[in-house]
Amino acid sequence: MNSKNTPSIPAGSPGGAPSVAAATKVRRTSQVREVVENSLGLVVVLILLVALFSFQTAHFFSATTFKAIANEIPTAIFIAIGMTFVLIIGGIDLSVGSVLALGAGILGVAIVQWHWPLWAASLLCVLTGALCGLLNGFLTIRFQLPSFIVTLGLLEAARGATYLVTNSQTMYIGSAVEAIDNVSLVGLSLPFLIAIALAIVAQLVLSGSVFGRYLIALGTNEEAVRLSGIDTRPIKLAVFVISGALAALGGISYCAELSSADPNAGSGFELAAIAAVVIGGTSLMGGRGSVINSLFGVLVIAVLETGLAQIGAQESVKRMVTGAVIIIAVIVDFYRTRRAEQKARSGK
Amino acid sequence: MTVLLQTRGLAKAYAGPVLSDVNFELRAGEVHALVGENGAGKSTLCNIIAGLRQADAGEMILQDKPYHPHNKKAAELRGVRIVLQELSVIDNLTVAENLFLDHLPNRLGWISGARLAEAAREALDKVGLTELDPNTPVRQLGIGQKQLVEIAAGISQECKVLILDEPTAALTVADAKRLFIQVRKLQDAGVGIIFISHHLEEVQEISDRVSVLRDGRMVAVKERGTYSIDDIIRLMVGRDLSETVERPSTTSVDRIAFRVEGLKAPPVVREVSFKVHAGEILGFAGLMGSGRTETMRAIFGADPRAGGRLFLDEKEIQIGKPADAVKLGIGFLTEDRKAQGLLLPKPLRMNISLARLRDEIAIFGSWIRRSIEDTVAARWIERLRVRCSSAEQSAVNLSGGNQQKVVLARWLYRDCSVLICDEPTRGIDVGAKFEIYQLLGQLAAAGKAIIVVSSDLYELLALCDRIAVMSAGKLAAIFPRGEWTEDRIMAAAFSELTKAANN
Repeated sequence: MNSKNTPSIPAGSPGGAPSVAAATKVRRTSQVREVVENSLGLVVVLILLVALFSFQTAHFFSATTFKAIANEIPTAIFIAIGMTFVLIIGGIDLSVGSVLALGAGILGVAIVQWHWPLWAASLLCVLTGALCGLLNGFLTIRFQLPSFIVTLGLLEAARGATYLVTNSQTMYIGSAVEAIDNVSLVGLSLPFLIAIALAIVAQLVLSGSVFGRYLIALGTNEEAVRLSGIDTRPIKLAVFVISGALAALGGISYCAELSSADPNAGSGFELAAIAAVVIGGTSLMGGRGSVINSLFGVLVIAVLETGLAQIGAQESVKRMVTGAVIIIAVIVDFYRTRRAEQKARSGK
Repeated sequence: MTVLLQTRGLAKAYAGPVLSDVNFELRAGEVHALVGENGAGKSTLCNIIAGLRQADAGEMILQDKPYHPHNKKAAELRGVRIVLQELSVIDNLTVAENLFLDHLPNRLGWISGARLAEAAREALDKVGLTELDPNTPVRQLGIGQKQLVEIAAGISQECKVLILDEPTAALTVADAKRLFIQVRKLQDAGVGIIFISHHLEEVQEISDRVSVLRDGRMVAVKERGTYSIDDIIRLMVGRDLSETVERPSTTSVDRIAFRVEGLKAPPVVREVSFKVHAGEILGFAGLMGSGRTETMRAIFGADPRAGGRLFLDEKEIQIGKPADAVKLGIGFLTEDRKAQGLLLPKPLRMNISLARLRDEIAIFGSWIRRSIEDTVAARWIERLRVRCSSAEQSAVNLSGGNQQKVVLARWLYRDCSVLICDEPTRGIDVGAKFEIYQLLGQLAAAGKAIIVVSSDLYELLALCDRIAVMSAGKLAAIFPRGEWTEDRIMAAAFSELTKAANN
């Protein structure tokens, strides 16, 4: 779709030629359009789900429902953003749920036992997450281990550390952390707004920055990137650090939601995040993905679960339907990419 | 002799036509060599005959009956077998298991070890691997032995037509001789053998007829004894190679651009020292496994070094990783463009800009300016005449030659003072080949130092100012233009091997 808009540029015009100002505008709009077109399928699915549930039950289509969903999902969004980056470089981070709990535990200890102010405790929490990510990245890179194994190890180890920090007990934090959730704009909580803003920034970084391009290139062919003179190690390290820090950020919003730090918080979140990201069309093989679509993936799962709960579906049915949706989404994505490839082959 | 297999008007196209109107004939009990430049369509033709690919048009007749195999299995049922050029043995299985993978002798699903070993022994003896234990894991074999196992798997079973796609590329002279004895036996048994090889002496020695393909067309069929090797080369390239690519006399100046001293990179590279002048093209010849690629990778920092010093413009430099080399202005066009060069599913634009994103394309080294990236991509596509629909086309859809131009464009845009090219024309069509020769010539003329590793000796003879010859991990000799002959180069390539044999 880009080729149509590509202005024919005379060969030999030097790199920074001024004649490109007009082209830039065309390029910008086409870039935006690219992102929108990529998300279109998911938006349609989302609208269909909302319509479906609205017909089934009168309560569903209401501001209350949407606010409830919006205030429930920031944790999942934070994790999904990091997971998108990790999957794009062809890795995986299974430790996010445990890292979330560890971050939350540290947050609780810092506020309740050490009487730290919220901002300092939050900073410590995010640093803890970043440190876990650093460990993941270091082990993966230094010993050339599959990130699946390393992060599986940390999934256990970080959970253990959480039990140690919290003494295996849920720690009530109370108003100190509830304050976060109480800040709101038109009924939307601060964590939700931050999550959306971060998702947008992450998408911009992914599609517009050198770092983002390196991630995509690395996930496509790491050896080619390395032999092009790009040191791939700091890039991979950064991705794991980002994932860890975002998981801990998810820990803060999770604490704010529950008013307490639960040592068993976040178990299974890694798989939910992978599901959301994959529904969003990010490839498990690396090299392809979109943060905005991961955001839609989180929304699809959240709407599905809330809707099913409201029409009175049982937990058993809810889980089976969610599972089916994940698989269907991936199959649809498979056919969509194949059609796009065939279109590219025929020369557009 | 009766005609065994015939093809009429065979055609096949991928991005462009690969085969057009190919008529080919194989008689019972003949060895029929198929020669042509890389990309001429030899492998495609054989793949169609062996059922691995289907022709777009044309027909095939096997023993007077129509023959259109839709897969390898169907071809094998009609008695047509292929031994592929790329090794398809499975490393984690034993030799015996590899030989009989698709029909392991078994009782109710349990493999019968004794029967398997016996059958394997017989098959291995045929290719002269009499010493090899059939229960050895294939992982432990050298590349030549793997190739022989592959051949053993092909000829151990009944067949009427046997296709050998470059069977000798990885073999020693002795192994190749042994293979030829087996080929003769099969021939006597009435099997028709299609034989692909780049070694024209070999072709002359064992084949009854030679068919020459050029750019997907059958240009000639010659009977034994009616041609010279030079005739075949002329038919293959369609012009006299030495005339057309001969570079104008060297433009190299006396400034040494790059120097390597005492490079060691175990286990392969034992001792390599050389220098390249600005404006010079230095070729690297040698047998397969002589350590040319390993040398270049070690220089570039892609693999670890055990010793050796590097000098750029006579100043010592430290290279620990490829990023260091590129920062210093050394580029490396890898031998395997798909695995080590291209971002295959990504647009050409991304492939071209990759090595220069930070310092040229991006603002503040971090934000990509798409308009500039588009301009750059369009400029290089135009300059190297990359045949594509647009800069947004995926690299995977281009032909080999155009893919190679895209990787080359990345390095030209990177603007290196030393450019190492490992097999720059492997598997690409003749037209693109000459364009790449011209480009390398222009780079040298502009004062760059160029290193070309190639297995195609004619290419080196035509292109280079000097040719370095490697043998068993050592740099055996360097010949300036005018002092080399093919014989001297080949003698140098074997020198370390014969030394080892004499000790």
